[in-house]
Amino acid sequence: MHSLLIAVPLLPLLGAVVLMLGSLRLAPAAVRFVGIGSVGLSAFLAGLLALHVTHAQMPVNAELWQWIRLDGFDATMRLHLDGLSVVMMLIITAIGFLIHLYSGEYMAGDEGYARFFAYLNLFIAAMLILVLADDLLLLYVGWEGVGLCSYLLIGFWWREPENGAAARKAFIVTRIGDTAFIIGLLLLAARFQTLSIAGALHGAQGAWSAGSMWPTLVCFLLLGGAVGKSAQLPLQTWLPDAMAGPTPVSALIHAATMVTAGVYLIARTHALFLLAPAALGATGLIGAATLLIAAVAALAQTDIKRVLAYSTISQIGYMFLALGVHAWTGAIFHLATHAFFKALLFLTAGAIILRLHHEQDMRRMGGLARTMPGIFACFLIGSASLAALPMVTAGFYSKETILGAAWEDGGFGKLLWCAGVAGAFLTALYIFRATFSVFLGDLRSEPHGRTGSRIAIPLAVLAVLALVGGFMQIPRGLGMSVSLLSRTLSPVFGTGAGNGEVPGAGALGAMLVASLAPLAGLLLAWTSRGEALVPAHWATFMRSGLGFDALYARLFVAPFDWLVHALRPDGFDLLFDRLAQAMIRLHGLLSLSQTGRVRWYAGWVAAGSLAALTIAVLS
Amino acid sequence: MSGLNPLFTVASIIAVASTAMVITRTVAVHALLYLVVSLLAIAVIFATLGAPFAAALEIIIYAGAIMILFIFVVMMLNLDRGDAARESRWLSPQSWAGPAILAGLMVAELIYGGLRDGGIGQAGLVVGPSAIGRELYGPYILAAELASMLLLAGLVSAYHLGRAIGARQE
Amino acid sequence: MASMAGTSVPLQDVILLCAVLFALGLAGLLMRRNMLFMLMSIEIMLNATGLAFVGAGARWGQADGQIMFLLVLSLAAAEISVGLALILLLQARRPTLDADTGNGLKG
Repeated sequence: MHSLLIAVPLLPLLGAVVLMLGSLRLAPAAVRFVGIGSVGLSAFLAGLLALHVTHAQMPVNAELWQWIRLDGFDATMRLHLDGLSVVMMLIITAIGFLIHLYSGEYMAGDEGYARFFAYLNLFIAAMLILVLADDLLLLYVGWEGVGLCSYLLIGFWWREPENGAAARKAFIVTRIGDTAFIIGLLLLAARFQTLSIAGALHGAQGAWSAGSMWPTLVCFLLLGGAVGKSAQLPLQTWLPDAMAGPTPVSALIHAATMVTAGVYLIARTHALFLLAPAALGATGLIGAATLLIAAVAALAQTDIKRVLAYSTISQIGYMFLALGVHAWTGAIFHLATHAFFKALLFLTAGAIILRLHHEQDMRRMGGLARTMPGIFACFLIGSASLAALPMVTAGFYSKETILGAAWEDGGFGKLLWCAGVAGAFLTALYIFRATFSVFLGDLRSEPHGRTGSRIAIPLAVLAVLALVGGFMQIPRGLGMSVSLLSRTLSPVFGTGAGNGEVPGAGALGAMLVASLAPLAGLLLAWTSRGEALVPAHWATFMRSGLGFDALYARLFVAPFDWLVHALRPDGFDLLFDRLAQAMIRLHGLLSLSQTGRVRWYAGWVAAGSLAALTIAVLS
Repeated sequence: MSGLNPLFTVASIIAVASTAMVITRTVAVHALLYLVVSLLAIAVIFATLGAPFAAALEIIIYAGAIMILFIFVVMMLNLDRGDAARESRWLSPQSWAGPAILAGLMVAELIYGGLRDGGIGQAGLVVGPSAIGRELYGPYILAAELASMLLLAGLVSAYHLGRAIGARQE
Repeated sequence: MASMAGTSVPLQDVILLCAVLFALGLAGLLMRRNMLFMLMSIEIMLNATGLAFVGAGARWGQADGQIMFLLVLSLAAAEISVGLALILLLQARRPTLDADTGNGLKG
């Protein structure tokens, strides 16, 4: 069993190595075989492991090797598979496999075909290491690995300088979060001499009391890392620009998996976060604020991928909100359903873009429902799930779990619930506006070709998942109850509100209101289709992501630039230059005494001997 | 001062005066003639000091050979009135102010240093050629040999340079 | 000649004369630009030095002073012959007797 566990991240890693070494020599079919096959095999093994873990109700461990052994610290490379890791692993490998299949056709003909699959395989391997790690240091290795792959893949079409700039922006902004993360890890390591998850968390629970300074500090630092990687406030500016990468990349990395790493981190270390209520409260507030800001920004976007990017930021805000109200299972549930419908939406958008000669501006799309009916259906299903239309979509169940838990929670719970409901309204509004503008109305760009099976099959699978995926966790108040997910996760999270418990009476009323909000949004989207919702200059402000880029440019980039230019003369260099110049001038001065004239020299000899004589005579 | 030996006094005055004239003439031959007079006066001084051999050598070699060399060269160079005018131009007040000061300081130093320790007694002897000869070929034989080598070197180089001059003028 | 040495000359006076003559020679060396005159001034200086030697030797009544004078004399002779030859050579190369023009080693 544990060799199967090792094989799961190892297969994509080997695939990446093979593709990198043979990128010039392998035929496209061979590239597809290696790239898609490795992830497919991984997914199959992941399925087997999942069955075993849920049956045996026991985690699987696989120790790799002893990495560091110092006097005050040691770290072991160990893979650990429990309920939480199972869910993450299944999402990564299954959706990863579908997206690999999709890319086989989407990227066909590109000069970097093998390179693409190599990076994508490497990404899957790194993400698997991240979720399977039993040691926070190994988790950080996976964390950095996915950051690297994100950079490589955003800037995949490196011949355009903007893609490189977007990749750098993503890397630098997440790096800010990563720095906070590693400082938090170092604090933990210094205190407990180990970073193994079980060891550090047990140590923390024993040594630190809830609400004291140390756990709060560490949790805020870990939160900083999560905020960076998951593109939440204030580090959310990189995700919309990351859409410069190919669409499969956006689907896999920036929707389904990498950006959820922050959520996974907080869920995994929730025992530590429970010792720092301030940090958890901050998580919830950040989630609520982000989901609203991103939803507002999504309303005014014109590029179809940017709408989906802001939508991702907003939905991850929901997950952070869930974490803030201790609804760990709810957060992971939403993570899973979000992976389904967001990947579906991105892949569908990619199919549209492909058929329209790489056109991404929604203002130039329209009336595509008639010419691309299958794609229309997929996009519609995805939008419905995103908007959490009641009862039939997966998104509904996960969002209800979160909002229910928010309502039940003390403190800010009700406030967060209001933000969540407002967000649901805005979500339905923007996504259905996008849907109607792309698919209804007059045909503005003529699509060409047809969508191949390698694109259609993943879309179909994801569409089904986006509809029925929610049925794995139905709260008891809605008739029959299914609690597949919470049972899987209960060994990790325990039970409680948002973790599979029965909602109270007041909560049912709240649930009703929350269900109606997306319908209201849909109605507004239908009635206002084709018209502008907000005045033009507001729309520009919203389209720029509410001015964050400009703010950061003025706050951070401009002073740095100024500093760079101010230091250009290079003070220390100047010191040495001046010294050298002074020497040269002194030399010039002294050279004046070398006239070359004999009389002049004779005179100085005489003067010198006079001086010597004076000394001799007077002493 | 030397009221004791009027010959010395007169000779020294002549020497100083003619040396002053040497360095301020514009015509080269005039300067050389004054220099000869100065050398003769110094020969007299040597005689009053009881050094007849030195006096004879002064006249024969210094005034008789070296000065003749100078005069020959001056005649070869064919210096004329134009040169004299140039010399007087070069002898402007700026050019002799600095050296005069320096020389004056030098004199003051030497006098102060030389005369500071008060009077020294005199031997009053005449040291003739035979004494010199005995010294020269006794303890100072090495010096004599070295001097002769020096003169040989001077002879060879003068001959060599003279040939180059001769070659150039053809 | 013996009668000339009737009253002896104090050494201070000889040193004084020597100093004056040396200073005059130095002044001449520094003042004149004509190379011939510079050589003449050098001769004056050498002569003054010889005078000092002879005077010192006469003070002790020894031959050493005159021997030193002899050596100075031979030095002057050698020097003057080479120096004059050089002046003639320079004159042939560049028709000027100006010592200041020989500043090729300037700077």
